[in-house]
Amino acid sequence: MSKSPARLARLLLSLAGALLLWVALYGVLQRAAAWFTRDLLGLAAGTHLASAVEFFVYETPKVLMLLTLVVFGVGVIRSFFTPERTRAILAGKAESVGNVLAAALGIVTPFCSCSAVPLFIGFLTAGIPLGVTFSFLISAPMVNEVALALLFGLFGWKVAALYLGTGLAVAIVAGWVIGRLRLERHVEPWVYAMAAGDAGLPEHRTTWEERLDHGLEAVRDIVGKVWAYVLIGIAVGAGIHGWVPENFMASIMGRAAWWSVPLAVLIGVPMYSNAAGIIPVVHALLEKGAALGTVLAFMMAVIALSLPETIILRKVLKPTLIAVLLGVVTAGIILVGYLFNWLL
Amino acid sequence: MIRIEVLGPGCANCERLYKNTQRAVKELGLECELEKITDFNVIMGYHIMSTPGLVIDGVVKFSGRVPSVEQLKEMLS
Repeated sequence: MSKSPARLARLLLSLAGALLLWVALYGVLQRAAAWFTRDLLGLAAGTHLASAVEFFVYETPKVLMLLTLVVFGVGVIRSFFTPERTRAILAGKAESVGNVLAAALGIVTPFCSCSAVPLFIGFLTAGIPLGVTFSFLISAPMVNEVALALLFGLFGWKVAALYLGTGLAVAIVAGWVIGRLRLERHVEPWVYAMAAGDAGLPEHRTTWEERLDHGLEAVRDIVGKVWAYVLIGIAVGAGIHGWVPENFMASIMGRAAWWSVPLAVLIGVPMYSNAAGIIPVVHALLEKGAALGTVLAFMMAVIALSLPETIILRKVLKPTLIAVLLGVVTAGIILVGYLFNWLL
Repeated sequence: MIRIEVLGPGCANCERLYKNTQRAVKELGLECELEKITDFNVIMGYHIMSTPGLVIDGVVKFSGRVPSVEQLKEMLS
């Protein structure tokens, strides 16, 4: 690249400054929200409106700031990974190890739904087993940085870590199970007929400047797309926080209702939303007595399986295999839901 | 006359690459044949693993990213 090292220096300096500003701002958010609601707007503490407004004014900048930081960080990390490199790592690995690696790589390899087919074909024709490929395809959309950032921001690191851990577990086990079922004949035959091949792309030496640019672009891209949903989600959450009585959700989504987990997951599977919109709602539901396991399972079900991606995958997978994929992932998520409810 | 193909099934990134390429070509005043390929069979023929991709005279230049107009101009000149 012909950009000057001076630009890299300037970038680093501005990023350092931005980070300091971020930390300073983050620290005062809660007090600022309280001041804004009680002193500036003069809303009496303890009223529904005050509750809702303070929730909204605190959570909105907090979530957006967390989102920006995490998306930037993950954007930079992703610049170290390409599908080609991932394929090279996974080719030739035995199945169980492959499943674990594939799920882990699914988090950091850049992936968009429209690339699902080329990637699927690329993996298979390089000799990567079907089950391992699925571990990747399940973890990539589900364990996404937006979900993790929001979970961390709204519920703390333990919940985020749990989501990460169980998301990986579902991807690994589901992929492994599908591998065991020996469903290769349910892949559209033309896929295997494709000559294995590399596009022969020149290895692009990414500079640090490009990596940072990549992170910034990811922020512009993702936060730019998602901020409206975040706001709407927080607004709904604020409403629930302010007005819905405590324990209202306990009867429908609480721990005692054993059927709440499968029901929540079954409702979630056909839904498709990005994590940003759903999590603030989830936050408020939790406050009102919904069980954590049920709610997280619901969220996973919504994010993991999307109708657009399923339609795209129909090009390479026969209906039986698609059904198995949906079935195994759904079962995995339901199990995770029960596990959470039992553990927490 | 060089032949430029933008490979992509039609998602937002693919559109962006096409638009950026159009602008780059225009700003360079390049004589070329620019085509957007959405047919999966043709795209798979190039063995790329992530869309969008750019092909110049049958050679894949990159895939899976959307360079800026400036970067594209550098690649094309």
